[in-house]
Parts: sequence; C-alpha cells; structure tokens
Amino acid sequence: MDKKFANLSSTVVPLPIENIDTDQIIPARFLKATTREGFGENLFRDWRFDEQDAPKKDFVLNNPIYKGRILVAGKNFGCGSSREHAAWSLADYGFKVVVSSFFADIFKNNALNNFILPVQVSDEFLQKIFLAVEKDPAAQVEVNLEEQFIRISATGEQENFDINPYKKTCLLNGYDDIDYLLSLSKEINTYETTRPFNF
Amino acid sequence: MGKTLFDKIWDSHIVASKPGFPDAVYINTHFIHEVTSPQAFDGLRKRNIPVFRPGKTRATADHNVPTIDQHLPIKEALSRKQVEMLTKNTAEFGVELYGLGHPYQGIVHVIGPELGITLPGMTIVCGDSHTSTHGAFGAVAFGIGTSEVEQVLATQCILQYKPKRMKIEVKGQLKKGVVSKDIILYIISQISASGATGYFVEYAGEAIRNLSMEARMTICNMSIEMGARGGLIAPDQVTFDYIKGREFAPKGADWDNALAYWQTLHSDADAEFDKVLVFDAADIEPQITYGTNPGMGMGVTQHIPALADIHEKEQPSFSKSLRYMDLQPGSRLLGKKVDYVFIGSCTNSRIEDLRMVAEFVKGKKKADDVTVWIVPGSKQVEAQAIAEGIDKVFEAAGFQLRQPGCSACLGMNEDKIPAGKYCIATSNRNFEGRQGPNARTFLASPLTAAAAAITGNVTDVRELI
Repeated sequence: MDKKFANLSSTVVPLPIENIDTDQIIPARFLKATTREGFGENLFRDWRFDEQDAPKKDFVLNNPIYKGRILVAGKNFGCGSSREHAAWSLADYGFKVVVSSFFADIFKNNALNNFILPVQVSDEFLQKIFLAVEKDPAAQVEVNLEEQFIRISATGEQENFDINPYKKTCLLNGYDDIDYLLSLSKEINTYETTRPFNF
Repeated sequence: MGKTLFDKIWDSHIVASKPGFPDAVYINTHFIHEVTSPQAFDGLRKRNIPVFRPGKTRATADHNVPTIDQHLPIKEALSRKQVEMLTKNTAEFGVELYGLGHPYQGIVHVIGPELGITLPGMTIVCGDSHTSTHGAFGAVAFGIGTSEVEQVLATQCILQYKPKRMKIEVKGQLKKGVVSKDIILYIISQISASGATGYFVEYAGEAIRNLSMEARMTICNMSIEMGARGGLIAPDQVTFDYIKGREFAPKGADWDNALAYWQTLHSDADAEFDKVLVFDAADIEPQITYGTNPGMGMGVTQHIPALADIHEKEQPSFSKSLRYMDLQPGSRLLGKKVDYVFIGSCTNSRIEDLRMVAEFVKGKKKADDVTVWIVPGSKQVEAQAIAEGIDKVFEAAGFQLRQPGCSACLGMNEDKIPAGKYCIATSNRNFEGRQGPNARTFLASPLTAAAAAITGNVTDVRELI
C-alpha cells in the first residue's frame, strides 16, 4: 500500500451508477483472504465477469478505452457492509481517488485509512466529469489535495472539496491513526482509572 | 441546554479531544469475528505490540461457518483457514473466543446481548456494519473497518468525528400483522438508503417504547441501511428486565450501581437534535422490498413505482435494479412466486423471531416447491427453540432448522441462493448478489416470510392471521 498521497492528473473510469454498495465492490465470497493483498482481481467481480469468469464486454473496467487512477461513481458510493476489503480492492486495482457526489461514512473512513482519497463533489460537477469523459475518454482530471480542488483539465472547470485537516495531514505525510492513538497512552490510562463506569 | 442520549454517552467516552484532531473515543466492548480481524492481528504483529485490553474484546466465528454438521471440519478450505486463523490469533493475543462447538457461539450481534455483555451506556464497536444492533440497549454502537479494529486492539480507543444527531419518532400503535421489521423497512423506504448518512439516530415514540428488546434490536440493526452511523433507544424497564441475570451482566451491588447510572441515560427534554423525523405507526403495513437496496421497499399490497414516478436522474439506477430483479415497474409483488425462504441473520434470528414464526406455521405445511431455511442466531437460541419444541413445529411444516451463523444473509458459506431464484429473507440487505451470484432477494419480516413459505408466493400475512 502506498502511504502518502501525491497530487495527480489522470484519465478517469466513469461508473455512473448510484448506491454502489460494498457487496458490488467486492462480493462476500472473496473476503476469505487473511492478508490485505490481491483483492484487486475481484474488484466489481460480478459486474466484471460472467458466471463462466469471462469478462463482460459492457462493463467499463473491461473497456480498454477507459483507464486511470480515478474512479468516478454515482451518489452514495460505498454503502452497506463495513468491509475494508472494498478499499483494499480499489487500492490493489490501482485507484488512488474515488469521486462521487456522496459517500457512505464507513467507506469514507476505510478509504482514508488506506490512503485512497474520496473526493466529494456537487451533483453538477459530477455530471460535468461524466460529460467530459463521454466526449473524450482521454480527458484528464487533476486532483490537488494540498489546495483541495479537482479540475477537468480540458475545460478548466474546477471545484473545491472538503477534507478534515487531520486526515489531510495523514494522507500527505503517510501517517496512520494508530501512530496518533499510541501517543495518547497516558491519557488512555488516566481515563481508565478515573471513569466511574468503565465496564 | 440539555443533552441527547447520544451526546451523554459519546462525551463521557472522550479520552482526548485535541484541536485539529478527531475525538479519541474509549471503547468499552469490542466484538470481533473471523472475516474482518486477521489483518488487524497481523498489524499488531508488525508493530510488535500486544492487545492492550484483551478482556474487553470477545470473539466468535459466524460469517463463514457452515449451518449443518458443525461438528465436522469446515469443508471449504479458505473458510476453514479463516476460522482457524481466528482461533490462533485469539489464543496468541489472549482474547476470549466463542468458536464453533462452544455453547455461546453465534452471530456476533446476537450473542453480545444474550450473554449480558452488551449494556446501556457502553461504547461498542465491531468490524461489522450491523454493530448498530447493540444500540437497542442505549449504547453507542457502530461498525468499523479493519484498520479501526487494529486501533481498538492496540489502544482500546478509536479516532472518530462526532456524527450529527437525528431523532426518529414513531407515534401510535402498530396494526395487526405489523412487526418491528416492518417499522424499520418502512422508515428506510421513506428516507432512502442514504437518508441518515452522517447521523446517529435515536429512535423514540410510543411504537418503539412498546417493543420488546429483541424487536428493538431489529430496528437498531438496520440503522446502517439508511446510512446512519448507528441507532439507539433509551434504556427503560424493558431493557433492565432483559439484562438482569444474564451471564456477564453486573450482579449484586454492581447491578444496583449500574442501574442507577442507566436510569440517567435518556435525552433531556430540552435536548436539540440536528434533524427530527416523525412517523405514525398506523401508516405502516407489512413491508417488502422490490429492488436492490433496502430503501427500495413498499407495503406488501402496493405497486412498484412506475418509471415516471422516479426522478429522471435516478431512472438508470432504478431500471438497472429492476432488470436485475426481473420485475416490471408499476407491477405488484403480491402473488409473485418465491423459491426460497430464509429466516435468520443478525436482524431476525432471535428466539422471539423463531417463536413468532412457529406460532404462525403451527399446523400448516410449506408450499411444495419452496425451500425454507431457519437459521438460529446462536447456540443458545437453537437450544431454546429445541427446549420449547419449536424444532418439531418447523419439522412438521417442512422447514429446515439449521445451525447458527450468518448463513444466507451474505452467502459466505455454502448457504447460497441459486442464480435467478427469488428468496424472501428476514435479513437486512437485498444488494445484487448478496445471497449468491444473481440471486434475487425480497426483504421482509419473519411473519411475511413465513406466510410466503406456506403459500409459495408473496402474501399479505394479515389475510392468514
């Protein structure tokens, strides 16, 4: 896993479907591994492959025209199961950014903990990206985390996005949450000894 | 200004809240299972650190386990390896495991409450989105990813931004044939699968208050299906009566102290919520879903929306969903043939669910061409069902009473619904492929599912009771 997020410019993979749940991103029957690697080959498994494991021609990941490190999807991306395997499979496949107009909470945390940047844009901007890619599959999109903007290179259209400052620092520097929590051991011990109902 | 119940619990668990950082929240109880924990234990090994408070984590094997012949080795190699890994990890790190064969084994969200581990006022997490179930006791309980499982194992804390607060009030009384599953399916159908994203929900109102603990768990369980971080219900006498005497519940003076504290756990009268929704129980009829997310639901007698009723932007996703289900916009589900009935999962596999089904099917037989799986939530539920003779009722009806596990809710074990078949399920998700590749799911209450088992079709249970 690449720790540290670098600004990037890439073509995008459009997936204009709403409510993409984590069962679609990685079906449960592929959750049996005990390491974090190798999930990319089963990313969107049942949309990508038929029952004989042959690639489905009409699915975007099987269309050589579309590639890149940015996945652009319809609203409420990552709803459903808390499986972090969804973030692992996106990362393993090579995605660094997921753009949507709305993300499910647990997925958002899981993505950030794996140094994938979820970029939440307005519905209008999302449509603009879909349109740009429809016109030209080679359209480049730039994502700048330091300055918190996403830009369609060809048209110069851009939008700022939110990210909490702590997570931004983590992504830019490759820090993870455990490093910070382990540094709080004194506060944790104090909490445990002073709280009346520490079950 | 007063505080909401959620604020009271959250605020009293903050270990550190530094400017620019999310809250470090102390976790009272951490549940783990075989699927989302192995990589977290690996992380501890890489850092060369122990589990910080091993006594506050409990493990069980549920997602991958077979639901027949549990005394034999698990046939499927990868599932077996994952379950064995849990045994190895919990032994190495000193965590208590209720594994296969243990009398406490079962679905993680069923065993926590039934063992008295889940208590009011607690913070509870698990690498499973249905951890919201435990909120029924007035606990702040939510699902987490594996990186967060590792955080909790390492520090007994988790880093989280505080969600917003929503109150959902259900006024009045439920009509005949309508149960708690119908309440929550109705709410989700009204506000959509993302209607509560970013919020922690408190359920309140007469219809909620009148529910048993098990029925309340069904409601809180599905909070995540509308995107909520979690859902909770203020504890009351029903809660206290349920907990008292359970295996790990406080005893003696500890009980008295705990009870005094629990009685303070309610939202103050002047507490403010970021959003308040009010529903009337009288508007709720038995529910069923027709699509591929839990928000695509309706009353069992109603029609699927016509394409014209759907916002233009949402039409492609709606059509894709109905194509998957092989259903027509504007049609009715009533009378639709079903192939499988699955009664189980962390939503509806408790003893009350099994009793409800048994009472309804007593003296009836399943339709010939329907396969009916009843999967109890735990070894204790299974034992209780047998002690009450419920197993005999199921046997006479032609239902299969299987052994505890998550089973066909997500089809990680061999309990999969075949491609193209329709299953009416008491579980929580109707996503594409959830119950097996190309399987088609209708979510419903145990009563509505049982009615379909008898008639072989989607049925309005009110006509049979």
